[in-house]
Amino acid sequence: MTTENFTESRKPPIASTGVLGWLRLNLFSNWSNTLLTILLVYFLYQIVPSFLNWSIFSADFTHNYLGQLIIDRTFCTRVMEPELGGACWAIIFVRFYQFIYGFYPIEEVWRVNIVYFLLVVAIAPLLIEKFPQRKYFLCFTFVFPIISYFLLAGGFGLNFVSTKQWGGLLVTLVLGFTGIALAFPLGIVLALGRRSKLPVISMVCTLFIEFIRGVPLITLLFFAMVMLPLFLPEGITLDGLVRCLIAVTLFQSAYMAEAIRGGLQAIPQGQHEAAQSVGLSYWQTNRKIILPQAIRITIPTIVNTSIGLFKDTTLVLIVGQLDLLGIGRAVLAAQTWMGLTIEVYVFVAIVFIIFTFSMSRYSLYLEKKLKTGINMGAN
Amino acid sequence: MRSNLNFFSDQKFRSLFYQTLVVGLFALGIYYLTITTSYNLEKRNIATGWSFLNNPAGFDISFSPFLDFKSTDTHLKVYYVGVLNTLLVSFTGCIAATILGFFVGIIRLSPNWLLSKTAYVYVEFCRNIPLILQIILWYSILLQMPRIKQAIEIFHGFFITNRGLYSPKPVYESGFSTVFFFIVIGIVASIWISKWSKKRQEKTGKRFPVLWVSLGLIILLPLIVFYIAGSPMSFNYPVLKGFNFKGGMVIRPEFIAMFLALSIYTGAFISETVRSGILSVTKGQREASAAIGLKPSWIMRLIIIPQALRVIVPPLTSQYLNLTKNSSLGIAVGYADLVHGFGGISLNQTGQAIECMVITMATYLAISLIISFFMNLYNRSIQFKEK
Repeated sequence: MTTENFTESRKPPIASTGVLGWLRLNLFSNWSNTLLTILLVYFLYQIVPSFLNWSIFSADFTHNYLGQLIIDRTFCTRVMEPELGGACWAIIFVRFYQFIYGFYPIEEVWRVNIVYFLLVVAIAPLLIEKFPQRKYFLCFTFVFPIISYFLLAGGFGLNFVSTKQWGGLLVTLVLGFTGIALAFPLGIVLALGRRSKLPVISMVCTLFIEFIRGVPLITLLFFAMVMLPLFLPEGITLDGLVRCLIAVTLFQSAYMAEAIRGGLQAIPQGQHEAAQSVGLSYWQTNRKIILPQAIRITIPTIVNTSIGLFKDTTLVLIVGQLDLLGIGRAVLAAQTWMGLTIEVYVFVAIVFIIFTFSMSRYSLYLEKKLKTGINMGAN
Repeated sequence: MRSNLNFFSDQKFRSLFYQTLVVGLFALGIYYLTITTSYNLEKRNIATGWSFLNNPAGFDISFSPFLDFKSTDTHLKVYYVGVLNTLLVSFTGCIAATILGFFVGIIRLSPNWLLSKTAYVYVEFCRNIPLILQIILWYSILLQMPRIKQAIEIFHGFFITNRGLYSPKPVYESGFSTVFFFIVIGIVASIWISKWSKKRQEKTGKRFPVLWVSLGLIILLPLIVFYIAGSPMSFNYPVLKGFNFKGGMVIRPEFIAMFLALSIYTGAFISETVRSGILSVTKGQREASAAIGLKPSWIMRLIIIPQALRVIVPPLTSQYLNLTKNSSLGIAVGYADLVHGFGGISLNQTGQAIECMVITMATYLAISLIISFFMNLYNRSIQFKEK
């Protein structure tokens, strides 16, 4: 046997591996790319450092440059010495309570805190499929709205707190989550109705869905604010927040219905026929065969429309409800904090980004999981 | 009991029964609503009917670029001004958002890491912040621009102030209609030329410089006519007099804030549909077109974009609809659109909530239907034509 002498394999050139190779491939692959990179670096150099300087390095958090505790705008470095100071975040710290709870009475605020905590407990098992004892926790998710209603509004020995005192993040979350939770079953009914073989039912559902999708949410809010009272019999008045909730729920249900209809259409006809041939009724077919499959594949779309709704809850400030942005505007309207607009709006934007960005990541994760699941099924 | 059950398990009977039930409930609901509403209206002394449309409005509208509006004008005119303002900001917003969205969508796929990541940060930020917050933010930034006295002149006759952008106003003199006529001729001729050159290229393979010729026809030809006719257009420059500018025209900060926020917000969404559209064109298409020797820019223009458009246009339509509906948020900064002027101030002044809301909603429905009609036509024209 002959032993063959292989020449030792050479390592790839340094210029194509490691950091250097990555830089070359991704930033300096040819002259136009290099030019773009240089231009962009210059552009970012102009913006990022000055933004960081404004928002962090020369910003006030709780104390100003003289070391005084900031209690109103006159203490802000940027108001005292416009050249020295950056952002004055003290407005957020001083008004933090309003941003999170609105004007909820401080001695009752533990109730809101419990609701915030229970919200996490109620939502976690919905999102995480491998949650331990998921079934029992899901049962809790169903009763959670009732518990939180009594906790927030009062009853059973708790003092009543008018919704006029609710505000800030509390109102944003109440509107967002109640809207989504109520719109979901309504959306299923509408989607099934639109696909119904009975012409009258399908027509009514289609008209409703297309009408809601054709008008802006703000007109529905106006509708709920100015027209709903005219529709109600004498003596019955609806709370402002409830009226907003009605508008938001109707709005969301139409979009939810379209998302679910997409899922229903993706289920092959054979599933219907098979279910019917084993003798299942219409409702049984949908409840046991069709809907579980359809909803599973539409969850990413549902999450996406829910993100839209979550952002749209800010519109209630136009009809006078103090959600997170509304509280921000109210804080700014006070003489003591006038002029700190950018700080407040940036803070509100960050809070929204935290919620919506994590929701959109979650929907992406689901989409990926769904895709691999379907592929495995096909193999 | 048994016969009753049999009766109900008859499919025809059951479907008839449910549908009659729905119709009955619907009619009952309408009847009930009419009764309570008319009772409530009577009790609150609210007038009904459409005659209020001809009453004088009694308030001013700050932004009405197309119609001259005085406070003695009628509510009907408030409606017209509102519709025009809604259409103006929606139309300009759609165009800007499309350009921005295509640009960013292509950039997101750039091999340059820094560029694509910058575009990604823009998209994620602008998609995830509520639109109304962005509108208010832009508006408050615009209001912090210098006062009229310290106006910044960015270009000859263009001033940035906290009351808007002042710019020269074109004044048309007699003879400008000829120039306008030639612009139309140029557009018509270049459309015809592009059709003709396409036909010729398909037959003979010869290409014709369509872009240059049409640019010449649309820009150069009217320009020549313009000078021959003796420059029948002049500019009325804004001049600072006392506390305000005289002459020129002004674009209000409300409009600029709406325009910026709507196009940046919707542009982020459009860029995502463009990106997924481009990604939907298979890699083989790109490789095949490179193999027959097309330039990268041609690959994009002739191979990728036409195929990607089939995927892009349907979601693009819904983005246009969203933008139009979102233009109703102008009320947050006082932009005098349909909702703010007619659905807001007119409603409050006349108290005729039902009439005002019905008209406002019907108008939005009509605009939505018109947009989807035209986008569906366009969509049909770019879909695969099986020969």
